[in-house]
Amino acid sequence: MPFVNWLKRNLVVIAGLLTLAYLLLPNVVVTVFSFNKPNGRFNYQWQQFSTDAWTDPCGVADLCGSLGLSLQLAVWATLGATLLGTMIAFALVRYRFRARGVVNSLIFLPMAMPEVVMAASLLTLFLNMGARLGFWTILIAHIMFCLSFVVTAVKARVMSMDPRLEQAAQDLYAGPAQTFLRVTLPIAAPGIAAGALLAFALSFDDFIITNFNAGSTVTFPMFVWGSAQRGTPVQINVIGTAMFLVAVLLVLASMVLGNRRGRRKA
Amino acid sequence: MKTTDNSGDVRLSGISKTYGSFTAVHPLDLTVPQGSFFALLGASGCGKTTTLRMIAGLEEPSSGTVRLGDQDVTALPPYKRPVNTVFQSYALFPHLDVFENVAFGLRRRGIKSVKKQVEDMLELVQLGEQARKKPHQLSGGQQQRVAVARALINHPQVLLLDEPLGALDLKLRRQMQLELKRIQTEVGITFVHVTHDQEEAMTMADTVAVMNAGRVEQLGAPTDLYENPQTTFVANFLGTSNLIEAEVGTRSGDDIVLEAGGGKLVLPAARCSAPTTAGGRLLVGVRPEKISLTHADDAGEIPEGRNRVTGRIADASFIGVSTQYVIDSPVCPELDVYVQNIERDSRLVPGAEVVLHWNPAHTFGLDAAQDIDAGLEEEAA
Repeated sequence: MPFVNWLKRNLVVIAGLLTLAYLLLPNVVVTVFSFNKPNGRFNYQWQQFSTDAWTDPCGVADLCGSLGLSLQLAVWATLGATLLGTMIAFALVRYRFRARGVVNSLIFLPMAMPEVVMAASLLTLFLNMGARLGFWTILIAHIMFCLSFVVTAVKARVMSMDPRLEQAAQDLYAGPAQTFLRVTLPIAAPGIAAGALLAFALSFDDFIITNFNAGSTVTFPMFVWGSAQRGTPVQINVIGTAMFLVAVLLVLASMVLGNRRGRRKA
Repeated sequence: MKTTDNSGDVRLSGISKTYGSFTAVHPLDLTVPQGSFFALLGASGCGKTTTLRMIAGLEEPSSGTVRLGDQDVTALPPYKRPVNTVFQSYALFPHLDVFENVAFGLRRRGIKSVKKQVEDMLELVQLGEQARKKPHQLSGGQQQRVAVARALINHPQVLLLDEPLGALDLKLRRQMQLELKRIQTEVGITFVHVTHDQEEAMTMADTVAVMNAGRVEQLGAPTDLYENPQTTFVANFLGTSNLIEAEVGTRSGDDIVLEAGGGKLVLPAARCSAPTTAGGRLLVGVRPEKISLTHADDAGEIPEGRNRVTGRIADASFIGVSTQYVIDSPVCPELDVYVQNIERDSRLVPGAEVVLHWNPAHTFGLDAAQDIDAGLEEEAA
């Protein structure tokens, strides 16, 4: 039974490859169809190869405007959520205060609550306050739901941190500010970075909450949704593919940098 | 290394630490002279680490003062005190390499040219080759040496060591004990060493303070503590002691004659830390290795003037250099006796009737009002 034996030996690899394919297949479809030249308005059937969309990514009205807005929102939401979330995480791990238990569970609420419910209640809140829907209401909403993810990521890191490291820094003549900058922050950095990446992805992606609270503002996910009613321009696939490539390149670059640094240190 | 300079003296006056209703350290007075190797010895939870952390400034005392030399540092934060600590499990900065770990203290004090000093220090602890490695790439012993180098490079007035060898295996621990002792003699800095390992404390320190439940039980040179313990805790925690309950009889010259299980035992009055009124009770102690064992048939050969106790061998375990006997005796159900394996008497097997005898000068007397088993359960730690 040489085949069965071969299968037994390589089962893990095969399962891994299949899972990878499952994950990557949608991306492959998006990429392939970004080179399509569809007949009509819908890009659902392969017609013929063309680089038209790639040479003119902003060729569709409002697409690049909405993309720019989404990137801008994502950057600010990431900054806001990361800053607040990091401080909350430190407070929750390091200090014992009266409402600590309550805050700890409240922080998780946005993750647990159905997005639609949160979106609707946020809208109610904004309308009652008389806020004008637009960039700022979207930003406030994004920071709010990104916060829980940042807190979770940073908290895990801070909890696993040996408090003696900071004591050692203090023992070695570092005052409170120096201790934070030289020891606490660098050690917590991977957790903070993970939280920030998560926040960026969530904010850039978000449709439901944004759609409720955007007023007449249109973000990229809202643009894609809107255009899907009337036809899907190939440029959407181009933007999707480009973002995927940027992400892959960033990961590769960080791996290469990390390797080189590791080798130099050794 | 004793000098007239007292800048490295550590003086604790009435220092205590309470957490809510729990008292970790009872008011304590302690002076560690400049240049000495001082050990705080005790089981976990006895307050030794808290005491050390109060010297470092990492713990604020509930009362009392900490002085270094002539300076009162009680109110100073740790980063303003001229002391450095080698932490338990080292607390090396994981994101910095060995060089930067060692340079950390110098850089924080604004010293620009650190290269030469760091390299010299790494040479001293034999880690010159490892300067660019991260802490997790080093072995336990190497990490320990980085921790020592990182503290010593700052030339502190006092170096505090919090169980620095606890994470190492036995052989490496012995090696590092000698190494630390060598470094201390070389640099002449006051070392305050916290440990639960009695052998470690006795090998390294000039002076040992045995702590129990937030108090110093006894303080002295290792030989003094071992030969002349003043409490049952010290007697049991440092090595092993046989404690026999006895009644005070008559006094003859410098000796006290005691009565135990129908026999007589002699105790030099100077080696008794408890009041001795005739008819009162005492605990008579003797270390297992001071006792000789003679088969009952040869009892006549035992010289006059030795303390004698009869018994039967309950158990014998051969451990190479010596044989450890447990003797069942009328004065005490379990007496430990360690006999060097010089000439082995083949009759000394379990069940044999024996006479235990020892030089009265090795006997010590303790107050019978104490718990006879104090310090026993902690000893295994």
